[in-house]
Amino acid sequence: MSQDQSETDWAALVMRVRDHQDKAAFAALFRHFAPRVKGFLMKSGAGDTLAEECAQDVMATLWQKAHLFDPTRASVATWVFTIARNRRIDALRKSRRPEPEDLPWGPEPEPDQAEVLEMQQDTERLGAALAQLPQKQRALIERAYYGDLSHSEIAEETGLPLGTIKSRIRLALERLRHHMS
Amino acid sequence: MMNRHQLPDTLLMGYAAGALPEAFNVVIATHVSLSDEARARLAAFEAVGGAVLDDDAAEMAEDSFDRMMARLDMLPQANARVTEAAEGIFPAPLADYVHRDGRSIRWRSIGAGVKQAILRTDGRASVRLLRIPAGQAVPDHGHRGTELTLVLQGAFFDGNKRYGRGDIEVANEETEHTPIAEAGEDCICLAATDAPLRFKSLIPRLAQPFFRI
Repeated sequence: MSQDQSETDWAALVMRVRDHQDKAAFAALFRHFAPRVKGFLMKSGAGDTLAEECAQDVMATLWQKAHLFDPTRASVATWVFTIARNRRIDALRKSRRPEPEDLPWGPEPEPDQAEVLEMQQDTERLGAALAQLPQKQRALIERAYYGDLSHSEIAEETGLPLGTIKSRIRLALERLRHHMS
Repeated sequence: MMNRHQLPDTLLMGYAAGALPEAFNVVIATHVSLSDEARARLAAFEAVGGAVLDDDAAEMAEDSFDRMMARLDMLPQANARVTEAAEGIFPAPLADYVHRDGRSIRWRSIGAGVKQAILRTDGRASVRLLRIPAGQAVPDHGHRGTELTLVLQGAFFDGNKRYGRGDIEVANEETEHTPIAEAGEDCICLAATDAPLRFKSLIPRLAQPFFRI
């Protein structure tokens, strides 16, 4: 959604962290994502100090688990979001989060560049589609992701237009079926 | 209103957002483990989270960057995989709960041949395994909240709809249903609810407080 999203190849930086423990690449990722994670956690109800610590933990996880990131299945922002969300559930809600079973195949050492590009373009489309939603609806979706709405409130209030994510679902399903066959 | 097979968008979005009770998360993580379609839709809802996160930033503490960089060399490498594929009828996220204490499942009879085993979660909702003998009906019951029922083994019919392994049924306030296990094999389900079920027949109703249904 922000401008640098399209200007910087975040996925390539994560690959450099994975393959070379590249600290310069990590530093660039930290400068971009740590403040976003902190902002996300503060909007989810964390105070400044806790959000700061948790943002550091989330970035530490990125450093440690770079080999689990699959740029053909998610953008870096999405992957960081899932780590931040789980940290929030753990630290703020004091609850556990069961995760789906991993796919039987892991991320490719050399991901298909066309697939990575397709995923990045779809991410930009999604960001643009969200930005164009009416302000009120967008604010509700944001609140849902800050963990501010209950399930019934999500059901009643957000009404995320399915068109916004349709291409993303189709893309993900094609990839899964391709791997299965 | 009922939805066969598919989980409604709002529940997948709630799971992606991390807004649901742990009991629901167990059912949804298990369902996603069994359904490509749900996995693809979940990825899309997580991508919305990525867009939300990427949109706004807070100021980091002054020493934050230096502290982070100093910490890197001390971080151990994480395991190659997060979850291992489970064997048998329980996908990994569920196996984790079922075998949490290293014990076998403790089934308790709740009448009419139906057995249950309650899984321990954070208490905002409840989740249990249900074992229904082949061909047996579960007493007709309505719901005050939302109930998710995921089939793990065998199948059940509700009216003329058949639910097999990996299929999920979502019931709410307006739903009165009588699931009947298919003949042949006992039906094992994973069921979560955010309110106590109410059974229509007298005995299950009386038994309710004792069995935490």
